[in-house]
Amino acid sequence: MKAKVYVTLKSGVLDPQGKAVEQALHALGFKEVGGVRIGKYLEIALDGGTRDEAEHRVREMCEKLLANLIIEDYRLEIVP
Amino acid sequence: MRFAVLVFPGSNCDHDCYHALKHVVGVEASFVWHKEESLAGFDGVVIPGGFSYGDYLRCGAIARFSPIMKAVEKFARAGGSVIGICNGFQILVEAGLLPGALIRNRGLKFICADVNLRVETTGTPYTAEFRKGEVLTMPIAHAEGNYTADPETLEKLKRNDQVVFRYCDASGNAGDAANPNGAMENIAGIVSEGGNVLGMMPHPDRCAEEILGNEDGLRLFKSMVNSLSESRV
Repeated sequence: MKAKVYVTLKSGVLDPQGKAVEQALHALGFKEVGGVRIGKYLEIALDGGTRDEAEHRVREMCEKLLANLIIEDYRLEIVP
Repeated sequence: MRFAVLVFPGSNCDHDCYHALKHVVGVEASFVWHKEESLAGFDGVVIPGGFSYGDYLRCGAIARFSPIMKAVEKFARAGGSVIGICNGFQILVEAGLLPGALIRNRGLKFICADVNLRVETTGTPYTAEFRKGEVLTMPIAHAEGNYTADPETLEKLKRNDQVVFRYCDASGNAGDAANPNGAMENIAGIVSEGGNVLGMMPHPDRCAEEILGNEDGLRLFKSMVNSLSESRV
């Protein structure tokens, strides 16, 4: 089993990297770009357990370490 | 009086802090490896700057789970003096010992420069020997020093007089032009509610000796040591 975890900055938290990429895209002519937010994507290989257990454990990992809930949100998917 | 200077893999200002305390201020100091679990016998703790765990994931996020941090939490919650400088500040916010977070500088760049700081309160053990409103000069060296907190936290910090230093210009104006990294309200350093835990992005350890051309940092360390000596009498 594998967990796919997406960690993103909460809306309202300044994302200077996203801003820089947005400006670069505009400079390249992609005028339709209305905003860019950069986050992290993690793939976590998991041994054993049920899908529900896995989800519960990965949620715990996110809240304890993978995301800083003061500035970040996370979402996850469990895949075979 | 004895200070613990914590050492994580990737700490790089540990020797500066040790030198400032031991050889300039003249108190006892010992390096304490992050795998240690006790702070018994220490009167204060310094979490130095650097790049603990390579800044992987988020600055300070992995270091805050090092074994020694349990002892630091206990020490801090019991009212012990803990000062986190730069990466040390990042570790303290990740550990929840100080509120808020430190995110990427708004200009994206790593900034290594002298900045002006305004002393916002003298009601802490670290600033008792400064004057309120006094302008200091200290170096910063960071890429993630942009202090961020939700509006309630900011309000609480101000209400409790927990903002210790603000970035300012040479005349003490803390406007946006004097803000090097985008920190909310120009915040450069804060203390915990009890006033015993200080986190700051500027480096007092890099301006703590005459030969370095600036002793503003030395005054901070001396203030901390003097406050601790007085409280022990």
